[in-house]
Amino acid sequence: MARITPEIPSASLADIAFMLLIFFLVATTMDVDSGLSRTLPPMPEGEQDDDQQIRERDIFTVRVDMLDRMLVEGELEDLTNLRDRAKEFIANPNDEEHLPRKIEEEVEYFGQVPISQQVISLQNHRRTSYGMYIKVQNELTAAYRELRDEIAMDRFGRTFDRLDSDQQAAIRKIYPMRISEAEPRQTGGN
Amino acid sequence: MAKFQRKDKNKRPAISTAALPDIVFMLLFFFMVSTTMREVTVNVLQRLPSATEVNKLERKSLVSYIYIGQPRPAYQRLLGTEPRIQLNDQFATTDDIFAFIASEREARDESEIPFMTTSLKVDNEVRMGIVDDVKQALRRANALKINYSTLTTENIFN
Repeated sequence: MARITPEIPSASLADIAFMLLIFFLVATTMDVDSGLSRTLPPMPEGEQDDDQQIRERDIFTVRVDMLDRMLVEGELEDLTNLRDRAKEFIANPNDEEHLPRKIEEEVEYFGQVPISQQVISLQNHRRTSYGMYIKVQNELTAAYRELRDEIAMDRFGRTFDRLDSDQQAAIRKIYPMRISEAEPRQTGGN
Repeated sequence: MAKFQRKDKNKRPAISTAALPDIVFMLLFFFMVSTTMREVTVNVLQRLPSATEVNKLERKSLVSYIYIGQPRPAYQRLLGTEPRIQLNDQFATTDDIFAFIASEREARDESEIPFMTTSLKVDNEVRMGIVDDVKQALRRANALKINYSTLTTENIFN
């Protein structure tokens, strides 16, 4: 005679599942980490020869002082104009005398291209606020990104981040991101 | 009596809740798959700046975090309101960063070390002095790939 096993009540299954659900809601995070990526220069080893051939016209200085005021090439400038000024400097579209030199180089997909020898020098004071620093970094990144997008649209008909890695490398060669940050030092009191 | 019986017949059947556990399990699996465990309790205030030119950090397992900001109110009596560095679960100084990076490297596979990134989660109001010190310490530790953690926004001028 077969014995009938009584059915196990499953009414509390939902409660158990809810408990697990709530545990995972509390103990986990979903935030995607995003931000501005940078590569720091390696620590100089031993004696550094300061003999690098960077000329005055190739450098675009951006200084942010302790009161979050920004000096571009020595004069006060509004943050909203930084992107356009940086773009004009990097690309030097009219081959002007005071903007960076250009050296012809062979680039894949593009052939002979005059490449601007630009360097952006970013200096900040120890009392500059981090928020301001990020805004400046953001605008400089945006300048490079817009220039890269423009040339990518011209040549490939797509924005820079939709290109494949070879094409991106070619464009990076034309507009390399060169943001140099001065060695921190205490200047002008604190 | 007949009256009552008729009324009983007309009563709507209760909605079956047999599918409820299935639905909840579905939600549970979604959250289990799409989230990651909280690993540290952040003891410093974090109001991250916003930026437009952000890129996402790939491969979270290769990211180490450095938090900088004012200590949370609970710690302010002890530590004051000057911005502090937090590594893992503890307050630290710039001298601890070298050891921190070394231990982070030890925990990863050797082939993955070149891809390790340090994410700086810094409060908006912090002065650059402490950030510069941390960056110098990272350079000394040869952890050169960094990411300034920001929120994403459409316009930074408002």
